[in-house]
Amino acid sequence: MKTMFNQIGFKLILAVGVTALLTIGIFSYFNIHTHSTSLLAEVELGANQLSETVIHSTRYDMLLNQRDRINKIINTIGEQPSIRTVRVINKAGAIIYSSHQADIGRMVDKNEESCYACHAANKPLERLPIKGRTRIFRPVKSAPRVLGIISPIYNEQSCWQADCHAHQKSQTVLGVLDITISLEEVDKQIQKSEMEIIIFAITAVLALSFIIGFFVRRWVVKPVNELLKATNQVGVGNLNYTIRDRRKDELGMLARSFNNMTQKLSEARMQLFQSDKMASLGRLAAGVAHEINNPLTGVLTYSSFLLKRTENNPELHEDLKVIVRETKRSREIVKSLLDFARQSVPKKNEANINEIIERSVLVVENQLTINHIKLIKNLNPNLPTITVDANQMQQVVINLVVNAADAVGTSGGTISISTELITLSPYGITHIKKATCPKRHDLTDKEYKIDGMPSIKLKILSPEGEDIVHFDPVYGRNRHLTNITELKNDAKVVCPQCNTSLMEENVKCPKCGSAVISFDAPTQGKFESCTSKSCGWQRWDAVDNEGKREYIEIKLSDTGCGIAKEDLARIFEPFFSTKGQKGTGLGLSVIWGIIDNHNGTINVESVINKGTTFTIHLPLKQVR
Amino acid sequence: MSKQFDILVIDDEQVIIDAVNKICSAEGFKVDTSIDAKDALEKLSKFSYKIIVCDIMMPDFDGFEFLDEIIRREISSPLIMTTGYSTVENAVKSLYKGAIDFIPKPFTADEILNSVIRAMKYLEVQKLLQASRLQKDDATIIYVPCPAKYYRLGYASWAEEENAGSILIGVTDLFLKTIEGIEEIELQKIDEEIIQGNQCASIKSKDRLVHTVLSPVTGRIIERNEEVLKDVSILEKDPYFNGWFYRIIPSESEYELKQLIPCSSDRL
Repeated sequence: MKTMFNQIGFKLILAVGVTALLTIGIFSYFNIHTHSTSLLAEVELGANQLSETVIHSTRYDMLLNQRDRINKIINTIGEQPSIRTVRVINKAGAIIYSSHQADIGRMVDKNEESCYACHAANKPLERLPIKGRTRIFRPVKSAPRVLGIISPIYNEQSCWQADCHAHQKSQTVLGVLDITISLEEVDKQIQKSEMEIIIFAITAVLALSFIIGFFVRRWVVKPVNELLKATNQVGVGNLNYTIRDRRKDELGMLARSFNNMTQKLSEARMQLFQSDKMASLGRLAAGVAHEINNPLTGVLTYSSFLLKRTENNPELHEDLKVIVRETKRSREIVKSLLDFARQSVPKKNEANINEIIERSVLVVENQLTINHIKLIKNLNPNLPTITVDANQMQQVVINLVVNAADAVGTSGGTISISTELITLSPYGITHIKKATCPKRHDLTDKEYKIDGMPSIKLKILSPEGEDIVHFDPVYGRNRHLTNITELKNDAKVVCPQCNTSLMEENVKCPKCGSAVISFDAPTQGKFESCTSKSCGWQRWDAVDNEGKREYIEIKLSDTGCGIAKEDLARIFEPFFSTKGQKGTGLGLSVIWGIIDNHNGTINVESVINKGTTFTIHLPLKQVR
Repeated sequence: MSKQFDILVIDDEQVIIDAVNKICSAEGFKVDTSIDAKDALEKLSKFSYKIIVCDIMMPDFDGFEFLDEIIRREISSPLIMTTGYSTVENAVKSLYKGAIDFIPKPFTADEILNSVIRAMKYLEVQKLLQASRLQKDDATIIYVPCPAKYYRLGYASWAEEENAGSILIGVTDLFLKTIEGIEEIELQKIDEEIIQGNQCASIKSKDRLVHTVLSPVTGRIIERNEEVLKDVSILEKDPYFNGWFYRIIPSESEYELKQLIPCSSDRL
């Protein structure tokens, strides 16, 4: 059982939630901080302005020493609800005016926190920036915060020249004005916005988690569960289970590829099951046939013998006839069982090519010795096994050796056989099995073969007239059958059936810059080729992408009479023979068919009076 | 050679030995039997037998090994092969190796008897041939051997490759000589498939025996010789040209012809 904490959805929600919480938290912290700082700065500024206002508005009264008026002004200002106290303290530290009448005349301790800013050093400071003159404090614990501001009252000419002669010229500061303002309202506001942000943060995180959860459930959890269910179904052997998922994202692709996989598996299993069934049925049939045939022979011989001897006894004769007839019927049943068993035996098996060659050579060795032909075998002992029909491959080798022996004649010579494991790129090997024009006309021409493979028939249209080219179906080999050496500028390569152009617009050969033709090789993409015969550039992306493959190469050379160039292209055609009455002309075409069935290739090179070399390439692993 | 027998029957199944013994003895042949090939070889060194009927599938020493052995010992008695595992390969292989006939099990009394009678006749023809050779008498033609380009399955049926890739099929003169005059020929229909080593035709002889002809190659019948069906004398007069049976499109002639005996080897 999976717990909630192990679920992918929960983990995602947790990750997103934590990230959102952190982000919003940090943002909110700085937001509140800035907010409260600016609020306080505003209050500070207001207080400072207030102090200045008080000092200026009382200046005249101070000069005239009209204390009642000063008291009145201070009291009026102090009555405002946000202002706690307004006090004027003289140089000696006595409170001379205050909005609280009780305080007047009280001495202020120089160490009190409101004085500390200036009086911390032994000699009092005379000028302080606004920041230094303000302070925030709580008069009593749990009481609202209070902002205090001290504004010094400086000595001026009019002060020491006034009639009261209260101040001397040498004094700089005459006293201070101390105003305290309650921060209750500001604090309330800060608290309120803090609360708002916290509520916002929680709501945002919850909403985000909920939305993420919803979509994760919809896009991830549900399809994953569906896949899980499907794999479980496949696990218990139900290969027919398909996921009904039509979405286009990665999980949809996974689902489709899963469906594809189960389908392939199911087909493969069916095939395996079928061939396994056939094989075991074949073995059974063969076994039964063998076992039953002996007793059946007893019955059939005796009954048919009796039948012959009872021709004079009609009653017995008729009965025996039935026995013989029915036994013969059993014989037919057994025979058809055996026929079936033979058919079902798979022909391709893992085999060692070298062993096949050795076995084939044994068959023809005598003939070679008689004709004074030396056989040189150069077989790579480390060849891997390959899946082939051993009998057919033997047939191929025997045929080629016999042909070689015929070519060498009786005057002596050598035949050499070599095997090798090689890696080849598809270039120069792969042959175009199917080709179509854009209108889906088949371009392959089975009448004209190049090295046994149907060529690709193309038409060249030019103002001078028409011409037919038989295009080499082997990728990159360029052994086209044509009279034209170079394509003229105004000529066009077209489909011979519908005259649709095969020229590639706007594409030039990357090697020589000539025009490029292209046609479709169904199931294997587009095939492109340069039209210049001397260039020979071709491109076949689908095949190139498959990359290099491993092949077993069988090379069979002789020092015989060779094959004429004009015959070389036709030797793999059925009924084509250079041996006249001696041959049927089927040998090489059968060989070609066998090699083609194994997805291999066979090529021939020959020089008159020097010899001929056949090269067979068999892919080690079959594709698709 | 103290004792003379007509037939030696070798089979690992007693019931078959008994049956063949009974059938052949009833026709007046002198039969000896052997339950395994080693015992048979011993008997062969002691006594003489005109023909041998041998099973292919036997424990220890099978029919093919036995055939090799009697060829090595230069025993000239013709060999008729029988087997329960009647695959084409067995039939063709035994005929290629030198057996003169092949009977798939289960067989009827007539089938084995006809084969034995033909073998006896074959022996007679061979004796005549030897006699004429000894006398250097080239004038009397005992039988016409098949042309050099032909291939034969055993001594009975032949195949000839035609230039168009088709193959002609017929029976040899020697086979006809082992039959007491042809009364009727029965052929398969056009478009039917005939398989190498399997029955493709039957010939009824004047002594009312029915003789099975095995096909030398596998293929589809595209033409059959209606003339020979109407007038069997064509066959007796000219078995290799006008007396052909079928023209077929072969399916695996390249391989199958190698399993046949080239008639050119008869003239060495």
